[in-house]
Amino acid sequence: MVTTEIPMDTRSTSPESPNPESVQSPGTKAVDAADKTLIDIDHVDFFYGENQALFDINMKIEEKKVTALIGPSGCGKSTLLRCLNRMNDLIDGTQIKQGAITVRGIDINSPEVDPIELRKRVGMVFQKSNPFPKSIYENITFGLRLQGVNDKSRLDEVVEKSLRGAALWDEVKDRLDTSGLGLSGGQQQRLCIARAIAVEPEVILMDEPCSALDPVSTSKVEELIHELKTQFTIIIVTHNMQQAARVSDRTAFFYMGKLIEYDDTQTIFMKPSHDQTEAYVSGRFG
Amino acid sequence: MKRFFDSELEQFRSHLIKMGEISIQQVQDAIKALVEADGDQAKRVIAGDDELDELEVRIDEEAMRYMSLRSPIASDLRLVIVGMKASHDLERVGDEAVGIAKRVKRLAKEAPLKSYIDLPRMASIALEMLRDALDCFLDDDAEKAAIVIRRDKEVDALNKQLYRELTSYMIEDQHTISRGIELMFISRALERIADHATNIAEEMIYLVKGKDVRGTSE
Repeated sequence: MVTTEIPMDTRSTSPESPNPESVQSPGTKAVDAADKTLIDIDHVDFFYGENQALFDINMKIEEKKVTALIGPSGCGKSTLLRCLNRMNDLIDGTQIKQGAITVRGIDINSPEVDPIELRKRVGMVFQKSNPFPKSIYENITFGLRLQGVNDKSRLDEVVEKSLRGAALWDEVKDRLDTSGLGLSGGQQQRLCIARAIAVEPEVILMDEPCSALDPVSTSKVEELIHELKTQFTIIIVTHNMQQAARVSDRTAFFYMGKLIEYDDTQTIFMKPSHDQTEAYVSGRFG
Repeated sequence: MKRFFDSELEQFRSHLIKMGEISIQQVQDAIKALVEADGDQAKRVIAGDDELDELEVRIDEEAMRYMSLRSPIASDLRLVIVGMKASHDLERVGDEAVGIAKRVKRLAKEAPLKSYIDLPRMASIALEMLRDALDCFLDDDAEKAAIVIRRDKEVDALNKQLYRELTSYMIEDQHTISRGIELMFISRALERIADHATNIAEEMIYLVKGKDVRGTSE
């Protein structure tokens, strides 16, 4: 298969795309999304077989920001998240019937894009931590070894850098050869984040990364998300509204497969434009 | 464990402290203008009030934002609530200073009715109360706040005494009436400032101990 590398330069390729969904509220800084769009979701309709799960989703995701996707179960937020690195390819009968998703201007669903290459660029962290039944060291180096990296000193370097990046290094540096499954739940989740960042993706997708963690581990992961955004673009699906409010810069509210509102997090949680958003974030829904 | 949004609370605290410093300065300057019959100083006090008003708005915005995005609980929540209330009290202290300054502007054009002794005394007690109330905020010291609340009576007593004294002046000589009334209002403004200091002290006790002491003092 011919693969198209998604260019690594940090400048957007479409500088004059407008930002129609940004409604500025007084006191919020104007966001010039034109320069910062990394992922452009352009009028996407998505189907599971005959069932339409996403309706005309249109949103631009900014580089090096945390974007939260919120909404009740079944609203399509996880489906959309999985569209972004083509995880839905693994489910039979799924299809984007309309629209396109581009990362740095490249259509990720075009036949030239290798989904494996795409997933290197767009990494993922799941709800339930899923370390491989291998040592901590091997968990981190797994992706690089697949890419054919075998140089021990290079691998050592990546292990330390990734574990430091995931705020786990100090806790595990003396037992890198022990099983990743021997760590606590919170540590396992940070190990999975370290594994995701080891291959130096541009984007990290997080699907409910804290729902199985206790409050202390949750705040560690939230702290980590705050630090990671200096290097990565993060998209997080969460049911925990306080978490979305705390960690994200932009928030998108979904309901019944539709994007109801997408704005600065501050606006969504202080003065949303839509009644449905207000009802959801204030817990008055349904 | 430090949280990434702790800096927002620090900023919130520092804005409140700044409001405290400015409002104390405003009262000091207003009283200085009175004693020195300095109309220009009074004008500067009037102009200086804008900064306090802006800070109050800013503190409210920060509090709203913090409550909406950080879901504060326990001492964080008390800090945000107390910060909003205390900033309102400080803004009112600033308004009282402006009220004094406006009267000073008029008084400065006439001969002083009497030498000013009780008013500066009232002012210095009210200012000490304000300073102590704000020190509790800096040091988490609820004991100091309790002292502030007790001192409110001293200012109330001075206010009443001055009221009687000025009334007797006005009965004796009707030419003193306009000045007497201005001074009564200044006295009343200082008494109000002490009340705001008392409110702040009560708020600080709530902040430190989580206990509402309003209406419980003898």
